[in-house]
Amino acid sequence: MTAAAASAFARPRRSWGRFLPLLPVLVFLGFLFLYPVGQLLWLSVVEKGSGDLTAAHYARLLAVPVYSKVLLITFETSAWCTLFCVLGGYPVAYLLATTGDKWRNNLMLLVLLPFWTSFLVRTFAWIVLLGRNGAINKWLQALGITDAPLGLIYNFAGVMVGMTHALMPLAIISMVSVMENIDANLPRAASTLGARGGQAFFRIYFPLSLPGVAAGGLLTFITAIGFFITPALLGGRQQIMITQVIIEQVQDLMNWSFGGAVSMLLLVSALFVFWLYDRALGMSTLAGGSPASQVGDRGTWLSRGFAWVGDLATAAIGRACDLAAVAWETVFPQRPDKPPVKIARGVLWATALSVVAFLAVPTFFIIPVSFTTEGFIQWPPKFFSWRWYDTVFESPTWIAAIVRSLTVATLSAGVAMLIGTPAAFFLSRQSMIGKTAMLGVILSPLIIPRIIIAVALFYFYAKLGLIGTNLGLILGHAVLAVPYVVVTVMAVLKNYDERLDQAASSLGANRWRTLWHVTFPLIRAGLIAAFIFAFVTSLDELTIALFVSGGLVTTLPKQMWDDALLKVSPTLAAVSTLLLIFVTFMILAAEYLRRRAVHK
Amino acid sequence: MTEKHKLTVRSLRKTYGPVVALTDASLDLEEGEFLTLLGPSGSGKTTMLMIIAGLIQPDSGEVSIDGKLATYAPPFKRDIGMVFQNYALFPHMTVRENIAFPLRMRRVPDARIADEVKRVLDIVRLPQVADRLPRQLSGGQQQRIALARCMVYRPSIILMDEPLGALDKKLRDEMQLEIKNLHTELGITVLYVTHDQEEAMIMSDRICLMNDARIEQLGTPADLYFKPRSVFAASFLGESNLIDVTVAGTEGGRTAMRTADGTTLRAPLAAVPAGAAAKMMVRPERLHVLGPTDRADNVIEGALDQVIMVGGVTKYYVKLKGDRTVSATQLTQGPVGGIERGAKVRLGWAADSTVVLPT
Repeated sequence: MTAAAASAFARPRRSWGRFLPLLPVLVFLGFLFLYPVGQLLWLSVVEKGSGDLTAAHYARLLAVPVYSKVLLITFETSAWCTLFCVLGGYPVAYLLATTGDKWRNNLMLLVLLPFWTSFLVRTFAWIVLLGRNGAINKWLQALGITDAPLGLIYNFAGVMVGMTHALMPLAIISMVSVMENIDANLPRAASTLGARGGQAFFRIYFPLSLPGVAAGGLLTFITAIGFFITPALLGGRQQIMITQVIIEQVQDLMNWSFGGAVSMLLLVSALFVFWLYDRALGMSTLAGGSPASQVGDRGTWLSRGFAWVGDLATAAIGRACDLAAVAWETVFPQRPDKPPVKIARGVLWATALSVVAFLAVPTFFIIPVSFTTEGFIQWPPKFFSWRWYDTVFESPTWIAAIVRSLTVATLSAGVAMLIGTPAAFFLSRQSMIGKTAMLGVILSPLIIPRIIIAVALFYFYAKLGLIGTNLGLILGHAVLAVPYVVVTVMAVLKNYDERLDQAASSLGANRWRTLWHVTFPLIRAGLIAAFIFAFVTSLDELTIALFVSGGLVTTLPKQMWDDALLKVSPTLAAVSTLLLIFVTFMILAAEYLRRRAVHK
Repeated sequence: MTEKHKLTVRSLRKTYGPVVALTDASLDLEEGEFLTLLGPSGSGKTTMLMIIAGLIQPDSGEVSIDGKLATYAPPFKRDIGMVFQNYALFPHMTVRENIAFPLRMRRVPDARIADEVKRVLDIVRLPQVADRLPRQLSGGQQQRIALARCMVYRPSIILMDEPLGALDKKLRDEMQLEIKNLHTELGITVLYVTHDQEEAMIMSDRICLMNDARIEQLGTPADLYFKPRSVFAASFLGESNLIDVTVAGTEGGRTAMRTADGTTLRAPLAAVPAGAAAKMMVRPERLHVLGPTDRADNVIEGALDQVIMVGGVTKYYVKLKGDRTVSATQLTQGPVGGIERGAKVRLGWAADSTVVLPT
């Protein structure tokens, strides 16, 4: 033993090394996400050739009435959709947050399943249900309520049903995560202090759940303004949204730069909404924090205004509920010697279960249609034939698409795991300045409208010659999968007792051996679940595939999309059924593993 | 009906599936009384409190508050106040708004609300925190505000569910005395839940000891300490020495018992039939180390195992025949010494300090 060896322990270990686990994710997202998106933003504000700053692209955009109209429609549609998602989702979220574990887990699964089921499959299902020859029209006619089929789709209502169905799980999940952290004793305390149900809810629970409503609303709105599948398949000419314009410009008209400017408009709109949200509530509420007005500072004028109006409104609604309850009790007096009938809770269950049924049931209508003997979709289907499955499996195009999708999904999930896992370890175990901001950057591919990433990657790939390559697809999908991996692995690590690692290390294992022999075996189930989520994300991905494939190669969702634009046929129903069964199985497996990991 | 109690509980029962959470629970609470439900976790004390608060509904039984039947009345119609373990202060309201909440629910005019809030903040000695949010207060302060919020509308009964459980030892001791003082000064009626026997002894007029979903024994702290009626009561409150005995019969107005090694012990007359197996209980501070010539009603012999000086008292652990150890606690007289480990000692105590317990 020498002075040199002794001095190695005399100082704290070098501090920069600990940031190493963040390096892959930073490099990866820096190159494939931040740089391309930044470049797109830059392109939209400089003059071609001269390189001077200019607002010309935007001026041109706004000068053409069609585009401002489309933008307006986009915002309007998204706003309505957000409203329906939050209104419909609130009772479900409330029930999920306040009911026992057993019910909670199963209901949550019913909400999560549609969340992970392909948007395309779910949209097809609505065509089966709502089309002219769809189930609902047939039933209405059979019951004699209507004589002729109603126009339930290819209009605003169709788009609204499809988009609400698609996005409500997102709103529910955001709201539940906030509601779960509301102390169950607070409404109880309110009731012992003299508040009736309505007062306790509107004055105590509801204000505390608002950050969740706001976060859910924000995520829904931002996702909705980037939507194109539902409006394209369920909407008419009046429901064209901005993403459809971008796709049209880039894919059909080959007008790249203008498409870029339109997508920038979308990004700027999205950022503006974020800014507004931040002003009103503070960004930290997105991560489940409390609004600024609750932390004790005075907040911005906007947040103070919100708080003031909110207080008045909740007090008024609370009082109104009070009066209604008193009136009710006057008519139906409640006896102190009989257990009360819990009407409010019953209504809540009924409402929430109807909403869950709206989310979970429609998708399954795609299954019977795939066994029809006829060449078109109609209800009830004429049974029974495997011919559409035969068509799929005999078609080289479909087989190639399926194989490519599975390959790309496996590899991109693998890449995302390699990059995301170290970052998750770092973020859940180490402290650093700006951790929330770092998490924000990592999660931003989920939050920014996907079309922007797609267009940005398209520009970027064009220069690198990655258009139409599997590598390009894999990397692009990994950008979307990394946030899921980070979030899932962080959730698993949150429940992991770090003292086990410390014990291993005190018993003589070095850092790698600790990871290999102790940590990984214990969180294996969680890691597999993260992989599956990443895999499913890629398998269902259409937007990036649409651009990055450059029309040269096709993935399963892209093939489905191309087919659907021509005709929603029983072949698509067959493919959808296969995909639905496969993804359901994967998600159930992931959920099973996740529960095991969390409860261990 | 007999005289009017503040609270009457009759034959309450609550089950969750096959699990019985509370059964056969009856008690009365008098005006101005401080009654504590004491017991280990799962003994049913919180279930009983929640049923009285109206937050849980019983399967059967009756609850009356101020002479009015309230078994299934909703909490907001019961005229009770409740202090929760984690205080349950509303995080989005200031202290003032929190305390004003019950008054607003009762539609008290604004001017009187302001006066009342000031009054209770003065009582809990925190007039300066009215405009702060709960999270800006320390644990002890939050506890006092929770109490103030409860007292402001002068409920018939204040229920407290382990209100000091989250505080550290020193603060807990302070708050125990403070709550006790408030109780005495304001004459409020309190039903208190705790699993800490010392806390129960310090604060209560009466203790309702609970075990295994039932009321084990109900009485003053002195009753429970000196006249426990079961082995559980004897061992849950304070330290106790328990020795297996067989009841021999009555001898001169006392119950005589025999230990396994044939020693005869005596206790005040107990209603246990001769020949029955029982346990004899005596508190450690009642045992004396006897000198060679000292006499006592009951004497046992053993070998000294440990002598531990704990400040004001010294504990002697003595091993009896059959490996049973008893402890004797004496006031510390000076530096311990003189008796060696393994030395034979005689321990003696008065028959009046002896309790016979059914097994």
